[in-house]
Amino acid sequence: MTNNLYSGDDGVTLTAESPEETRAVAARVAALLRAGDVLCLYGDLGAGKTTFVQGLAAALESRASVTSPTFTLVHEYRDGRLPLFHFDVYRLSGPSALADLGFDEYLAAGGVVVIEWADRIAAALPKERLDIMLEEEEAGAAGDEAAVRRRVTLDGREARWFGLRAAWEREVC
Amino acid sequence: MAVVADGRRILSSIVASQMAEHARYGGVVPEIASRRHVEQINLVLQTALRDAGVGFRDMDAVAVTNRPGLLGALLVGVSAAKALAMALSLPLVGVHHIEAHLYANFITHADAAFPAVALVVSGGHTDLFHLKNHGDYVLLGRTRDDAAGEAFDKCARLMGLDYPGGPAIEAAAKSGNPSAVPLPRAWLDGTPDFSFSGLKTAVRRVVQSADPPPVADIAASFQEAVVDVLVTKTVAAARQAGAPPRVLLAGGVAANARLREKMQAACDEAGLPLLYPPPALCTDNAAMIAATGYFHLQAGRGSDDLSLDIIASEPLAVRAHVPNPGGS
Repeated sequence: MTNNLYSGDDGVTLTAESPEETRAVAARVAALLRAGDVLCLYGDLGAGKTTFVQGLAAALESRASVTSPTFTLVHEYRDGRLPLFHFDVYRLSGPSALADLGFDEYLAAGGVVVIEWADRIAAALPKERLDIMLEEEEAGAAGDEAAVRRRVTLDGREARWFGLRAAWEREVC
Repeated sequence: MAVVADGRRILSSIVASQMAEHARYGGVVPEIASRRHVEQINLVLQTALRDAGVGFRDMDAVAVTNRPGLLGALLVGVSAAKALAMALSLPLVGVHHIEAHLYANFITHADAAFPAVALVVSGGHTDLFHLKNHGDYVLLGRTRDDAAGEAFDKCARLMGLDYPGGPAIEAAAKSGNPSAVPLPRAWLDGTPDFSFSGLKTAVRRVVQSADPPPVADIAASFQEAVVDVLVTKTVAAARQAGAPPRVLLAGGVAANARLREKMQAACDEAGLPLLYPPPALCTDNAAMIAATGYFHLQAGRGSDDLSLDIIASEPLAVRAHVPNPGGS
């Protein structure tokens, strides 16, 4: 999937070799989170978006088990260090459908908002956000989920996300 | 909205169907859902009473879904229910949506009773419960990622089939071979939990492969993979829960004929009576809400007052506390 939010020069790209590693990347992001943050997830069906949110919730010390909100549209996890509001806008017709989800209220609710399929509501997204793109690399043997590698690209404008990038670049080099 | 007498007799059940509009978008559109709720609620109330042949004064209680769900939609229903309860001095019962799916079994089956093991399987949920008594439930297992109904919808979309995906896949599967396409089944080391995310990814790879098999074969093989896991884990949980006298099936996916057929065969073999509602009471409906309110009051679980709140996310039950062998 291509997305015009990504210039190719921006952001830091990591490789996750397993769902556990995808969760570990999310945990690194979680350490920097504060109330009011918005995280946008992009990626095809099965790219690991819900897995990423599982890592996020666990790192925020929520004990809840995170499942896909595709049908229910939004799940709230309020038992962690910060409240986590988990949206999935896959089935929304567009940004105008957000009002009845209480989207603006959630943005102002003092927690972290994470949005799966954020490209579907691109016009409604705040400028201050962290974009997270998940892509599956060339698949190995069909059905061998354990062998699938995923590229995780993170891109945010705020200074602290640059810090995230710097930390990762030091590790990678 | 529905009028139900004595928990079991449906006098009327009105579904202000938005399926046609939702189908145009390939999914639910909350703006349509909530705006329509406001526009339609009075009309639907009048229709429900008229069809039932009753008036406001014939009602003994008002039950309403207050959790979990979209706050905009819940608010419209709860506000209307509070107005009715206050104006008519009736007890008000806030109902959990998933509990109502379970009670759909009590509407049509006079022999529905506790204890039981129940599988609630829908677009938003895949939960296994041990039901000990009215209001006394333990979560045995649930999906760790996608719900079974969600997997049906997403895989239908991958295969180019219609929304909603459950009926579309069931129809396509009729002319397909359920063992034609090898697809994974997530057994998760024998735990009562489920996972359908990997199956979804596998279907995507099959659909996008250079020479994909016929859609009917993919649909049949996918349906078989979901049903196999649901049936095996439900029967295993029922056996492990200490010989419960019955298994209940509930939720939208419980309308799937292949699931009913294979669950029936497995329960027969295990000597477990199986109950499931008719298809119209498997999908979301108001009669099950009314019935839940009735059994709730009958069981002496009390009523709510006008402070009844709406809640976006709340599990029906939690897992049993496992004592720490370390004793700390």
